[in-house]
Amino acid sequence: MSRCVILAFALLVAGPTRGEILSIAAASNFTYALDALNAEFKRYSPKTAVVVATGASGTLVAQIRNGAPYDVLLSADLEYPQALIKEGEADAKSLQTFATGRLVLWATKPAIELKSVADAVRNPAVKKIAIANADTAPYGRAAKAALEKLGVWAAAKPKLVTGENISQTAQFVESGGAEAGFVSLSVVLSPKLKVKGHWIEVPAELHAPLAHGVILTTRGAKKAAAKEYLEFLRTPMAQKILKDFGYALPK
Amino acid sequence: MFPVLPDSASTFLGLPAPLWQALWLTLRLAAITTLVLGLLGLPLARWLNTTRTRLAPVIETLVALPVVLPPTVIGFYLLVAFSPNYPPGSWWRAATGAPLAFSFTGLVIASVFYSLPFAVQPFQAALRSVPPELLDAGAAHGASPARVFLRVHVPLAWRGIVAGLTLGFAHTLGEFGVVLMIGGSIPGVTKVASIALYDEVQKLAYPQAHAFAAVLLGLSFVLLLIVTLLQRRGARLM
Repeated sequence: MSRCVILAFALLVAGPTRGEILSIAAASNFTYALDALNAEFKRYSPKTAVVVATGASGTLVAQIRNGAPYDVLLSADLEYPQALIKEGEADAKSLQTFATGRLVLWATKPAIELKSVADAVRNPAVKKIAIANADTAPYGRAAKAALEKLGVWAAAKPKLVTGENISQTAQFVESGGAEAGFVSLSVVLSPKLKVKGHWIEVPAELHAPLAHGVILTTRGAKKAAAKEYLEFLRTPMAQKILKDFGYALPK
Repeated sequence: MFPVLPDSASTFLGLPAPLWQALWLTLRLAAITTLVLGLLGLPLARWLNTTRTRLAPVIETLVALPVVLPPTVIGFYLLVAFSPNYPPGSWWRAATGAPLAFSFTGLVIASVFYSLPFAVQPFQAALRSVPPELLDAGAAHGASPARVFLRVHVPLAWRGIVAGLTLGFAHTLGEFGVVLMIGGSIPGVTKVASIALYDEVQKLAYPQAHAFAAVLLGLSFVLLLIVTLLQRRGARLM
């Protein structure tokens, strides 16, 4: 009996003894595409076990600065990876733009008309507008820039509810708490949410391009599996998945 | 009536105005929650102490749940309840035109649930500590049960009741997970102190985070010291 217990315990703590564990920190807007990407990565590199943590890009960077054991960072912008390089926490040579995102305004109630961003902000039927935290989420920053450029920031401010990251922002809209919200295109194209509601793209000229950067942390730079992941992102299959989720691909 | 937002560049004692705004909001939330806890909790405590229904243990357990439940569980159920897509959130929405989530009222409701056992359990203990002969004496003199409760029972149990109210207040000050899920971080409305502190840390504004955390720590310490003193004096008089 006790031998069985010891054996079971040993198996439990042994973990995956074959292959490496790859730890990916991904900005929340990638949550939806990641399921498909990582399923494909499993075929590309069968021996690697992938562990994913999602959050706002700024939050993940703060965690890495404080020693979080991530190997790869998929950030919603390029500034956060560059901040990591500056502090010696990431490998400068590995930084690449692997996709460009689009910001959309999304509403789940059919009654809410979305003719344009400015229109929607001023619409009295839109009582709450969800936005991601502009200090830590690049999509939130882009939304704020767009509102300011349109001159409706002052009108929007009283209606804003701030989500921790794109996921929570999307959840605010999906649950009906906010009539409309600024989320990533990947949210409204994801399998679960594409059937819900309607959306309009926020014109790209209203904010700085959402260039998504992938970078290896100093920890990850030593891992073969991490470098494999970078290569994987450039394969045709991965690029197709990214395109399906609304990301534009670098030339 | 939307609150006037202070200019974030102005500071007082080294902390920017929005942090003080968050603190003031938190104090208001805790005060109103405590008031509701007193009004709802005292009758509830008395009922739980005296009722003979077989449901009493179930209800006592339900009241005690927020002590052990992860706040995200409470937050999740409230999120569902507040959603304007179905009742009761839809009733509120129909009546007021605004969602219950992302509102101060929503936070008060959430805080009452979250802090309920921290008030009701001390209330129950306090009410139980009063010798029943004193209550019987009041009834013997012709006072109605309500009058006995308000004029004899509560005053005699005042130490434990104040301790319960103080604990309810202090516990609401520390609310985080629930507010994170249903608050929406609106300055002056739902951005409470714990959320404001979290934001400062996320922004890597460590000096402000340190100063603000110290203020919250000091406040909590003072409140708990009051509770401790009350309980020790009460114990000595027994």
